[in-house]
Amino acid sequence: MTHWADWMLGRLDWSALPFWDAIVDPTTKNIVNAIIASGAGAMVILGGLIVVGVLTWTRRWRWLWREWLTSPDHKKIGIMFIAIALVMLARAVIEAVFMRLQQAFGLDGGFLTADHFGQLFTTHGTIMVFFMAMPFLTGIINYVMPLQIGARDLSFPVMNSISLGLTAAGAAIVMVSLMLAPFSTGGWSGYPSFTESAANPGAGVDYWIWAVTLSTLSSTLTGINFAVTIYKQRAPGMSWLRLPLFTWTALCTSILMIFGMPPLTVATALLALDRYLDFHFFTADLGGNMMNYINLFWAFGHPEVYILILPAFGIFSEIFSTFSGKKLYGYGALVIATLAIAVLSFTVWLHHFFTMGQSAHINAIFGIATMLIGIPTGVKIYDWMLTMFRGRIRFSVPMIYAIGFIMLFVIGGLTGIILAVPSVDYQIHNSLFLVAHFHNMLIPGLLFGMLGGTNLWFSKAFGFRLEERWGRRAACCWIVGFMLAFFPLYALGVLGMPRRSVAFFEPAYLPWTVAAMVGAVIILVAMLCLLIQLWVSVRDRHANRVPGGDPWDGRSLEWSVSSPPPEYNFPVIPEVHSRDAYMRQKETGGGAHPRPDDYEDIEMPANSAMGPIFAITGFLLAFGLTWYQWWLVVAAGVAALIALIARGYVRDTTRLIPAAEVRRQHEAWLATLASLTPVTRADEQSAANRGLPASPIEGAVQ
Amino acid sequence: MFHPLFHLRTHSRYRHWSIGLLAIWLSGCSEHPISFLDPQGPIAAAQRHQLGVIIGLTSIVVLPVLILTPWLIVRYRYGSRSTYRPHWGFSKLADIVIWGIPCLVVVALAVVAWRGTLALDPYRPLSGSEDVKPLRVQVVGFDWKWLFIYPDQGIATVNELVVPVHRPLALKLTSASVMQGFFIPALGSQIDVMNRMVTQLHLEADNQGEFPGKNMQYNGKGFHHQHFVARVVDDSAFQNFVTRTRESGMTLGPRVFDRLMAQNTGRALVQSLEAPGADNATHEGDRRLRFGHLPANLFDDIVEHATPDWSSIKSGGTRNDASSSPEARP
Repeated sequence: MTHWADWMLGRLDWSALPFWDAIVDPTTKNIVNAIIASGAGAMVILGGLIVVGVLTWTRRWRWLWREWLTSPDHKKIGIMFIAIALVMLARAVIEAVFMRLQQAFGLDGGFLTADHFGQLFTTHGTIMVFFMAMPFLTGIINYVMPLQIGARDLSFPVMNSISLGLTAAGAAIVMVSLMLAPFSTGGWSGYPSFTESAANPGAGVDYWIWAVTLSTLSSTLTGINFAVTIYKQRAPGMSWLRLPLFTWTALCTSILMIFGMPPLTVATALLALDRYLDFHFFTADLGGNMMNYINLFWAFGHPEVYILILPAFGIFSEIFSTFSGKKLYGYGALVIATLAIAVLSFTVWLHHFFTMGQSAHINAIFGIATMLIGIPTGVKIYDWMLTMFRGRIRFSVPMIYAIGFIMLFVIGGLTGIILAVPSVDYQIHNSLFLVAHFHNMLIPGLLFGMLGGTNLWFSKAFGFRLEERWGRRAACCWIVGFMLAFFPLYALGVLGMPRRSVAFFEPAYLPWTVAAMVGAVIILVAMLCLLIQLWVSVRDRHANRVPGGDPWDGRSLEWSVSSPPPEYNFPVIPEVHSRDAYMRQKETGGGAHPRPDDYEDIEMPANSAMGPIFAITGFLLAFGLTWYQWWLVVAAGVAALIALIARGYVRDTTRLIPAAEVRRQHEAWLATLASLTPVTRADEQSAANRGLPASPIEGAVQ
Repeated sequence: MFHPLFHLRTHSRYRHWSIGLLAIWLSGCSEHPISFLDPQGPIAAAQRHQLGVIIGLTSIVVLPVLILTPWLIVRYRYGSRSTYRPHWGFSKLADIVIWGIPCLVVVALAVVAWRGTLALDPYRPLSGSEDVKPLRVQVVGFDWKWLFIYPDQGIATVNELVVPVHRPLALKLTSASVMQGFFIPALGSQIDVMNRMVTQLHLEADNQGEFPGKNMQYNGKGFHHQHFVARVVDDSAFQNFVTRTRESGMTLGPRVFDRLMAQNTGRALVQSLEAPGADNATHEGDRRLRFGHLPANLFDDIVEHATPDWSSIKSGGTRNDASSSPEARP
């Protein structure tokens, strides 16, 4: 019987329960930590039960399966990616607040155990990078990019669904680690030899390895998908230098994904070989060398930084020009700068470990290479300022994020240059200064970009605008909260406080950790504002409908279709004659919405269960590997393989939408358009805005 | 010859008052110098100077953004009467400026970075102000405490680095465990320490005092306890420390070594060795042990994963390796 249970459960036992320590050793601290950890686990279970309950109550399982989970539609997959990102964002922000609370009480103690704190900073980092930022940007590119280039879907719609499945599986693994603990304490970078089995034999590091592996595989596939789509699916006339800037950044990001993700997949795979099969790639003895891991990790890690930031740069480019009512300044320079950043991002990885003892010349060269990236980035900032110059700036929510971004990002740039000088880095490496720096790049950069983009394109996806007032409150709380939470960390870093310290013994640190805690609480308020914004928007959706599809007087092709767009995006593939294709269409006499002479049957990809199958088998594979349940590993692996082979025999991979149906839908939308009253930009934020802007010639943007 | 540190050292001539003020403001509540903003040695002072130069140079690009952006959004807000050019999207002059100035700034920064990095290379030995030989110290990072071996003096300490003022320090470092980061902020650079590998670090102290040192690289649940103190004393006090440690220090034998290799903090180590005298210590950094007798080549053996040569210990007689009492402090 016991033998049977061992075989089934592997090394999973009662000690995996998050409150086990408190039962075995009921000290006050253990009890407090058990309550926090079990509370988090309970929230996940509760959330899951509510979702299941609602779906069952409203009888929507079939609908969920058919309309969402198996859908190859890039728009729905994009939305699902963003949904994952938002859920994971909520968890990781709450973790951040706990870490800030701990350090605010951390002089000589605090309330969290060192192990719990270690798991918090590891899951926070892992989630924010792999399960918040990556799905968020993947979701937005997924949704917007095909619309911007005049395509009907990605080149490989089923592979897109598989990418989603793999990311979902990874996110689920991280979530399960709340209920069946522990997670790794090795940080998001997982440096050996700390993460080798000699120092950390438990399941935590294995959870981390498989969650990250699932995520990197997903992103590699996504990168291939995006790049091929941009190469092959552009509408006629959409030449390279007519691509909207967001699409350019999407292209550069996907190229970085293709080349940047595999090094991490390899690194985690080699680490897994060390841990599972007693290899010695990164161990201290028998010829292993952990430096190889560190190099591989940052060969991924530095391009990753630009994978994260470039799409945000693209979004900001769209926001600055749209909400300044003006052509983007220096399009050519922005494209060159984006490409330059993408190339340079592969040449600077060593700056993550200046202190590892290599020669000063190598350090100096990598330091200077790092500074070179500052040039194109600086040019971009000035290009955006010149875009605002002689424009007509409207302070809609996306623009508030963008203005917050431009002011705060340059401060992060300054501290980045400081870190790039090796001799100064020797003082602040691995300190909270570093933590402050990369949060300064990723919150105002990536996150503001994603939130701004969500506010910008939400109406495109759902047909109604996001509410402005709560949106502004959220944006302002993010800006203020960020400053209060992270500027003190610069001071702490300069004062020599190491990152990842659960407690400290230097009284001079205390005022700063308290200030940072207040900032973290304001960020939590910002999260609440976002939630309220979503709630209020859904509640008032009828008042904020934009059937016209173009609420911001947009410039690129996604605004030329209805909101939400039809499944096939464009009833007739548009022909592109210039940059800002849709703006030109509106400005020249051709009319914003020409009535096509003829419609054709449209071939769209058919639904496929491959995404959900890979999500489930991927999750079970990772779970089985983590807990040594080998039967599960074999079963899930075989199931995935069979599914993959069976897919090769599926013949009905497409579905035809008849021309008559396309005509009917399009005519109906044109009729709706005819009934709308065009609004000028003065009424942009009012209920009068139905998504039909007054023609620019008559002063829509004055 | 012109010393490469020279031009970096003379920071007082330029008086980076802003950095100085920042230093006072930031570290005002601190008893001991905890940061390079309050430098106690030439390396840290040069690093502070460089920080000022870099901030100054980079501000040439950053400040215009911080100043002009608010002006732009007010002046060109929707509804204002200022010029509106929706189709304007390029100016040669503006492009030359926005590419040119960052390029020039990066060239200047590159010069600063190149010279600074070579001059402050932690592997570069410091010549010192007088003709004195550097003090050699071998540092071993354990979980979660530091062992300092003085090979020329034949002594060792835990969590306490006693060094003479104005004498260059030549450190060789390794880790008996996972990767760690050795750092005394007030004196200068940090350097990673790794198992089976030896890194080097050169420091020097200009002032006497006690400066906190720490591990910067997370290595488990005792990480935040891995503090030590760098005690900078004058020459006679240092000689005194060496003599007394040789005479009355404990023996670093197999039992002590096993305790060092185990995961524990300095406090727990002291307790497990039943060494008195540490009871009145206020925090971890004050818990330390001194050894007057240790195996030859202990550092190399740790690096090589070899068993230390216990027979080489020149024992002071009948001394048990853990029962002797720690001596008074300098």
